[in-house]
Amino acid sequence: MIAQHAQILVVILPLLCAPLVLLLGKSRIAVWFTVGVLSVNALLTWWLLLQVLTIGTLRYSLGNWPAPWGIEYRLDPLGALLQVMIASIAAVMAPFLRKLLAEEIGSSRQYAALVAFILLTAGLLGIVATGDAFNVFVFLEISSLSTYALIAIADKRDALLASFRYLIVGTIGATFFLIGIGLVYILTGTLNMDDLAVRLPEVSHTNTTQIALIFVTIGIAIKAAIWPLHAWLIPCYSYAPRGIVAFLAALSTKVALYALARFLFGVFPLADMPIGSVLLEILQLLAIAAMLIGSAAAIAHSNVRAVLAYSSVAQIGYITLGLALATSAGVTAAIIHMFNHAFIKGSLFMCIAILATGSGKHTLESLKGLGHRMPIVGIALLIGGFSLVGVPLTSGFISKWFLITALVQAEKWIWIVAVLLSSVMSIIYVWKIVEAVFDKSDDKQVRSYDLSVDIPIVLLAAVSLYIGINSSALVSTAEQASKWLLGMP
Amino acid sequence: MSDDIILRIVGKFLIPLVVVFALYVQFHGEYGPGGGFQAGVILGAALILYRLLFGDAAARKAVSPRWLRLQAAVGVLLYGGTGVAGILLQGQFLEYNVLLTDPINGQHLGIILIELGVLLTVSATITALAYTFSADSEEHLSDPQVDASSQSDQLRS
Repeated sequence: MIAQHAQILVVILPLLCAPLVLLLGKSRIAVWFTVGVLSVNALLTWWLLLQVLTIGTLRYSLGNWPAPWGIEYRLDPLGALLQVMIASIAAVMAPFLRKLLAEEIGSSRQYAALVAFILLTAGLLGIVATGDAFNVFVFLEISSLSTYALIAIADKRDALLASFRYLIVGTIGATFFLIGIGLVYILTGTLNMDDLAVRLPEVSHTNTTQIALIFVTIGIAIKAAIWPLHAWLIPCYSYAPRGIVAFLAALSTKVALYALARFLFGVFPLADMPIGSVLLEILQLLAIAAMLIGSAAAIAHSNVRAVLAYSSVAQIGYITLGLALATSAGVTAAIIHMFNHAFIKGSLFMCIAILATGSGKHTLESLKGLGHRMPIVGIALLIGGFSLVGVPLTSGFISKWFLITALVQAEKWIWIVAVLLSSVMSIIYVWKIVEAVFDKSDDKQVRSYDLSVDIPIVLLAAVSLYIGINSSALVSTAEQASKWLLGMP
Repeated sequence: MSDDIILRIVGKFLIPLVVVFALYVQFHGEYGPGGGFQAGVILGAALILYRLLFGDAAARKAVSPRWLRLQAAVGVLLYGGTGVAGILLQGQFLEYNVLLTDPINGQHLGIILIELGVLLTVSATITALAYTFSADSEEHLSDPQVDASSQSDQLRS
C-alpha cells in the first residue's frame, strides 16, 4: 500500500507533521517525531528515485479523479532526484536545528521555527511532486510563506527588514507566475502540465502565449534569484537565523530553478514560439552577468555570509546558463550543478553558522583562526570552498566540467571565457575566507562547542567529496532527467 | 470603550447572527457558492468584531490564543486526515467515494469534513492575525492567562 501511495506520502507526511508538531509544542518528543517523519520521508524519496529510474514516470491521481480533470502528481527522473536532495538535506538538518537556533531564537519560539521548517520542506517537495501548474503556485506560496516567517523569527531588526523585502518581492514574483498560469488557463482550459504541453502548441503563435511565458519566467526568476532579480537574496542570506540560512541557501532557489526548467521545457513549446529563442538568449546573457557580477561582489564584501550569498547568485548563473542552452548536455550540466551546489552551499553556510556561534559575528575578522580550533568544521569549509572553485576531486569540478563540455558542444566560446573568469574570481573570494579561518597569527581562546553539530556538516561535505570521486550515478540520473525534460526518447 | 453603548448593543445582537451566517455559508458550500474558506473568514470577522467592541482582554478570555493555535492545527489535521482515510480505506488520497459504503454519501461526508477543516483553520488564523496585530508585546501570545486576567483587573479598577 505504501508503495502505491509513496508519491503522495512524500508530500503529505511533512504537511501533516507540521500541525502535529504545533500541537506537541515545546516538548522534546516534537523534535524526535519530526526527525522520524523526515527520515522516513527521505527513505521514501530514495525508493521513489529507484522506481522512477527503472519503471519511468510515476503518476498519481488525487481523489481518483483522472487527469486532466483532477489534480495529478507526476514524478519524473528530475523531480525524483530533487526530492532525494530536499528530503535528505531536511532529514540531516532537522535533528540539529534546535542547537543551531538556540543562540538566536528564544526557546518560546523554537518550536514555531521547527513547524515553519517542516512546512518549508513540505512546500519544496510539493513543487517538485506535482504535475499541476496551479499546484506549483500553491506549494511555491507554502514554501515562501514559511521562509518569510523563518527569516523574521529571530527578532532582529535587519532580519525583519530582509524578510519584509523578500515578502514584497516574493509576492510580486508569485503574482507574476499566477498571471502567467491564468493566461494559459484561459487559452487552453487546463492546468495539468502534460495537458498544457499538448494544447499550447496549437496557440503557440498568439500574443497571449508569449506574454504568459514572460510572466511565468519573470515570476520564477524572482524566486530563483536570477540576476538582476536577486536583490532580495543578499539581505535574507545575511541576516536570517544562521541555522535556517543553510537550508534556504541549499534548496529554495534550486527548487525554483526546477520549476523554471519544467515550465520552459515541459509546458511551453519554446521551439515554436516567436520569442522562445530570444528568451533563451536573454537568459544566457543574464546568467553570464550573474556569474561575473555575483563573483565580483563576493570578492568585494567582507561579511562572510554576504560573500556566500553573492557566490550563490553567481552559481545560480551557472545553472541558468546550462538550462538556457536548451541542449541535452547543457540541461544535464544544470541538473548536476543544481544537485551539487545544494550540498556545497548547505555545508558552507552550516560551517559559517557553527564558526560564528558564540561571537554572532560574520566578518572575516571575527572568524580568524577558528579553523584550527574547530578542525572538522575547518576541513569541511575547505572542501566546500574547493567545490565552489571547482577543484578536481570535488563535486564542483564535475559541474564545471559538464558545463564547459556543453558550452563547447554549443560552440559558445565567449561564454566559456566568462565561466573560467568567474571561476578565477571564485578562487579569490574562497581564498579570502579560507585564509581568515586558518589564520595562525590570531590566538583566540578555544571555545568549547557541541561536537554533534558537526555531523550534518560532515555528511554534506562527504556527499560533495563522493560525487567528486565517483559521479557516475549522479551523471547518469541527470542525463536521463534531461532527456526526459527535453522530450527526447 | 465604555461609552460605545450603541455599538455594543448592536454588536451583541449582530455577532450571533454573523456566526449563524458563517455556518450557513459553510453548509451551503457543498451545493453552491460558499464553503470553508468564506465561512471561516466570516466567523473570524465575528470574533474580531467582538474584540473591537469588548476589548482585547474579553476576547482573549472568550477565545484564547492557545486555543486558536490548537484549532488551526486541528483543522489542517482534519483535512489531511480525511485524505489519509481515503488511503487507509483502499482508495486514493482524498478519495471520498470509499469513505462510506455508498459512494455518493461518501462524497457528501468527505466534502463536509474537508470544509470543516478549512473553517477551523481559516477562522483561527484570521482571528490570530487580528490578535497579533493588536498585541502590545509577544508576552500576550505566549502567556494569555496571566495577561488576560491582569488586563481585565486594570479595566475594572
